[in-house]
Amino acid sequence: MAINTDKNSYTIIFAIAMVVVVGALLAGISSVLKPNITANKITEKQQNILFAMGVTDTEDPNEFVPAEKAEELFNKYVGDEKYIIVGDVAEKTEDAFNIEVKKENDKLKQDPNYKRKMPLFIGKKDGEEFYIVPMRGNGLWDAIWGYVSLDKEFKKVKGAFFDHKGETPGLGANIKEAYFRDDFIGESILDAAGNYKGITVKKGNGDPKNVRKDDNAVDAMAGATITGDGVTAMVKKGIKMYQPYFATLKK
Amino acid sequence: MAEVTEEKVEVKAKEPKEPLFSKKNKKLLTDPLADNNPITIQVLGICSALAITAQLKPSIVMAISVVFVLGIGNVVISLMRNIIPSKIRIIVQLVVVATLVIVVDQVLKAFAYTLSKELSVFIGLIITNCIIMGRFEAFALGNGPWKSFLDGIGNAAGYGVLLIIVAFFRELLGSGTLFGAKVLGDPIEKTGVYAFGYENNGFMVLAPMALITVGIIIWIQRSRNKALIEDH
Repeated sequence: MAINTDKNSYTIIFAIAMVVVVGALLAGISSVLKPNITANKITEKQQNILFAMGVTDTEDPNEFVPAEKAEELFNKYVGDEKYIIVGDVAEKTEDAFNIEVKKENDKLKQDPNYKRKMPLFIGKKDGEEFYIVPMRGNGLWDAIWGYVSLDKEFKKVKGAFFDHKGETPGLGANIKEAYFRDDFIGESILDAAGNYKGITVKKGNGDPKNVRKDDNAVDAMAGATITGDGVTAMVKKGIKMYQPYFATLKK
Repeated sequence: MAEVTEEKVEVKAKEPKEPLFSKKNKKLLTDPLADNNPITIQVLGICSALAITAQLKPSIVMAISVVFVLGIGNVVISLMRNIIPSKIRIIVQLVVVATLVIVVDQVLKAFAYTLSKELSVFIGLIITNCIIMGRFEAFALGNGPWKSFLDGIGNAAGYGVLLIIVAFFRELLGSGTLFGAKVLGDPIEKTGVYAFGYENNGFMVLAPMALITVGIIIWIQRSRNKALIEDH
């Protein structure tokens, strides 16, 4: 049976049929695999949070805890210390884990009066407390995000983890690397007078080894100015939102 | 283009039933591994060869994914070759690659999450890999499913083998590791070869060195098989 494949009507019917078949196929596969993918994303978030509070793979301190142990360790170090903060009021709830910073940002954009929900995780390790703040911002090409853990006086950064969606490999993508991220550890987020200042990713601050921990600045990455500025803005804004709540805790 | 028409003519003359692994079919599989390698001879798929060959592990995953996409894709296109409207055949081919790539991406996300994060954008880039569209257009549209399958596997494997060779040298010389294992000793503790003053060549990790490595492989291959040298 020879089909006249050159006819316009045939071409259109073929195209429509193809789209329907392919669409159904992909939708099917997506819904079959969805539980697995969601579980992986949860594990990743647990790994990220643990990493920001310094719980890492015992063999390689620059690696996450192994995926199969993430849940167990997360329960051990963070447990149910998950909070949703609105303004300066905190509510202890499991739901905090599911709050996405991106969605909250979008809601705020649509409605300037929206009171955003801010997730906060409190980890305990070796008798120390880590206040872990998730944050999200923009790099040069696409989204960047991270988790920063603060000490209980809300003065210093105790650990950080940054990741990105599509920054330039070898340049902006280096926000993921230890040499950049580790500079944040111990860095003060308050200025000399004790006011909130954030941390600036700064070119030529004359402190490449990051000896001065009280200058509110870390050394920039060569060739990644805009990604660096993105990190500055993200960290500054990300922690600032929590200040009203931190102020009540300090009292 | 001479090659393309040749292949299309080949099928028109319906051959009598031949064994599954006839000499000709075997050639479809083995030719792209060496004498008609998609990267070194046809110079296709170079972009991804530069991007992911800094380490062995992603190269191997990329190779396997391309074998999967091209093997299956070639069969699908070949099965549909008589009903695809010629006006939109490139679009149909793209849809087939894109579908398969999305499947690979989703499967990796579900079962090898860390790996899928590492490969992130490159899996999506399989869609643009010229080898795939090239084989669909030049081979699968004119040949039966079994032959197309062999051709797809052969070409993808030829691409994969080269990726792995390049990645082997780049990871070994650039980072001193293979699959992340420190085979040359520890550069910071100064053990192994580092004790004698050896240093990693950081240049090997950068993309241009992949081109140069591919260049060296092309050089070696052509100096061993003079028939491959084009007479310009």
